[in-house]
Amino acid sequence: MKKQAVRFDDTGLTCLIELLRGEGYEVIGPRKSGPAVRLARIESAADLTPGIDSETSPGRYRMAGAPDARIFGAGPAAESPKRYLHAPEARLAVAERENGAFRIIRDTPAAPKTALFGIRPCDVAGIARLDRVLLRDRYKDPDYEARREQTFIVAANCVRSSETCFCASMETGPRAASGFDIALTESVNGRREYLAEAGSTKGAAMLAQIKAEPAAADFVKASHAQCEAASAQQTRSVDYRRARKVILRNFEHRRWDAVGKRCLACGNCTMSCPTCFCVNTKDSSSPDLSHAERRRLWDSCFTQAFSYIHGGSVRTSTKSRYRQWLSHKLAHWQDQFGETGCVGCGRCITWCPAGIDITEEFAALDSSSQS
Amino acid sequence: MTAGEPATLIAAPPGIMEPLPAQVLSVDKETHDTFTLRMEQPPGMAGFRPGQFSMLYVFGVGELPISISGDPEHPGELTYTVRSVGPVTYQLVTRQQGESAGIRGPFGTSWPMAECRGKNVLLIAGGIGLAPLRPAIYHILRHRGDFNRLVILYGARSPKDVLYKKELAAWNLLPDTQVLTTVDYGGVSWRGYVGVVTTLFKFIRLLPSETATILCGPEIMMRYAIRDLTARGFDERQIWLSMERNMRCAVGFCGHCQLGPYFACKDGPVFNFPQVKPYMDLYEL
Ligand code: SF4
Ligand code: SF4
Repeated sequence: MKKQAVRFDDTGLTCLIELLRGEGYEVIGPRKSGPAVRLARIESAADLTPGIDSETSPGRYRMAGAPDARIFGAGPAAESPKRYLHAPEARLAVAERENGAFRIIRDTPAAPKTALFGIRPCDVAGIARLDRVLLRDRYKDPDYEARREQTFIVAANCVRSSETCFCASMETGPRAASGFDIALTESVNGRREYLAEAGSTKGAAMLAQIKAEPAAADFVKASHAQCEAASAQQTRSVDYRRARKVILRNFEHRRWDAVGKRCLACGNCTMSCPTCFCVNTKDSSSPDLSHAERRRLWDSCFTQAFSYIHGGSVRTSTKSRYRQWLSHKLAHWQDQFGETGCVGCGRCITWCPAGIDITEEFAALDSSSQS
Repeated sequence: MTAGEPATLIAAPPGIMEPLPAQVLSVDKETHDTFTLRMEQPPGMAGFRPGQFSMLYVFGVGELPISISGDPEHPGELTYTVRSVGPVTYQLVTRQQGESAGIRGPFGTSWPMAECRGKNVLLIAGGIGLAPLRPAIYHILRHRGDFNRLVILYGARSPKDVLYKKELAAWNLLPDTQVLTTVDYGGVSWRGYVGVVTTLFKFIRLLPSETATILCGPEIMMRYAIRDLTARGFDERQIWLSMERNMRCAVGFCGHCQLGPYFACKDGPVFNFPQVKPYMDLYEL
């Protein structure tokens, strides 16, 4: 069967949003929201904000005017779509006390139907990484599974790279290879047009309802060429295939001391990362002790309490916590799950108040182990 | 290492994701701060293998990983030896008979009882680390003919911290079984050994090539013990140990128990020494 690919303009895009909303999806997409492009609710195509780019560098993010009127022109949104699948806070269970004993009821509220609209290939890859950990390891996370099943993914391939992007080296972008229902590639030649490719039967069924012409081979080629140009713009990279060896060999490298002095252990990197999945649980009860509940909250390996065992934390120094994080992202994740924990979105670089750059830290270790 | 995906996904049986309530059958004081709780095994919960742990939940207060310290072949109940060191453990040890607590599990890898068969078994415990070893001892004693000499070396902080005193004495009287206990600080009335557990090595007569060793206790103790053992010719591949890390979920989702390439809750807590050897000497890994 030929892969379904169609071509439409803004009318088709509007139609796609309406179709998704008509099927009961809450559409979440990139839009100007305060001082950043964020993923937020999209009521109609009018909520999309064309002509905006994002300028990023270590520790810096600014919205800027774009050289063209693209709708999907800005880099990765400030927040990753992680929060819509792996909620920052979720109630896992409630317990009721009944004459001395208690009863525990699993609490998985009905998941909302969510269409992640115009998310970046790195974020699509980030969702695939979460799937591997939360759905395809020993057990399935019930909350994540429920939300994931209700999720429709419309990827927007990147035709421009931000300064902190390095998806090309992580092989997750700038064009999404899989993991989406529909992938859009936007072109501007006087007017906006989109190459829309189906990545699933759900996506194909959706595209079949849109009035569009089949995408001719040269349009497909020209659209994809833009992504290759975006790839060529990237200045950062990580040679992830070397990461396991480099990191294990350089466990006591002085670079860790240096970065440990800069790192504030604030956890911004883990919160903004599309794949960081660590959580903590909190138990609480009502004052009369008749009712208790368990909540799950995002946690960060940068906190002192994270590795606490009786007698003290395993990782007391900031250096050791930064090292744990980077080692997990690039090396140990590969041991555990057969892929990296980093998809090259660059958010941890952009949103680090100290401007710490994962690619630079890795390169420092790598170069010293090569020499 | 299991980078690939498991062949079949296990649909979580009851008591894995949410705690199952269970009644406390008895609470017995072991030492000034440590108690043994016998709990009913909640219906539907799988039996355990020696070395595995449960997550024990106190209504509204919290949940903690606790090793199972009872007899694996005593169906219908689960036994835990708990040291009171915080709000959850305090609530657990002050439970009354008939009150309840929640149990999830059993979780994790287990002691290599099959590999120990036909060999001498050397058990080395430090402090509360004796508790997770007790199911292995029960197993060996139940199937005594399957194993050769059993040697238990136990180090406690002081005489008043020695767990299972009566059982230790009884085991020591069994044929082909030797139990040696040492303490860090003896005081005036202590007539036994004083010093770290490795000082007991000189009293044991075991052929290294015919011995499987199992350790459980503080990491530093295990590190020094393994160093001494390998220097005495014990084979690293015949050494197993249990690693303690922070565990919040026990099912590989929370990330807290990471130990290099492992999550201790599912890849451990019991590891064959060569699995963790590259990571054990890395400070603050
Ligand atoms: S580690 Fe940084 S660059 Fe990699 S996926 Fe996470 S936030 Fe993005
Ligand atoms: S690396 Fe940066 S963002 Fe991450 S904890 Fe340190 S200071 Fe915060």
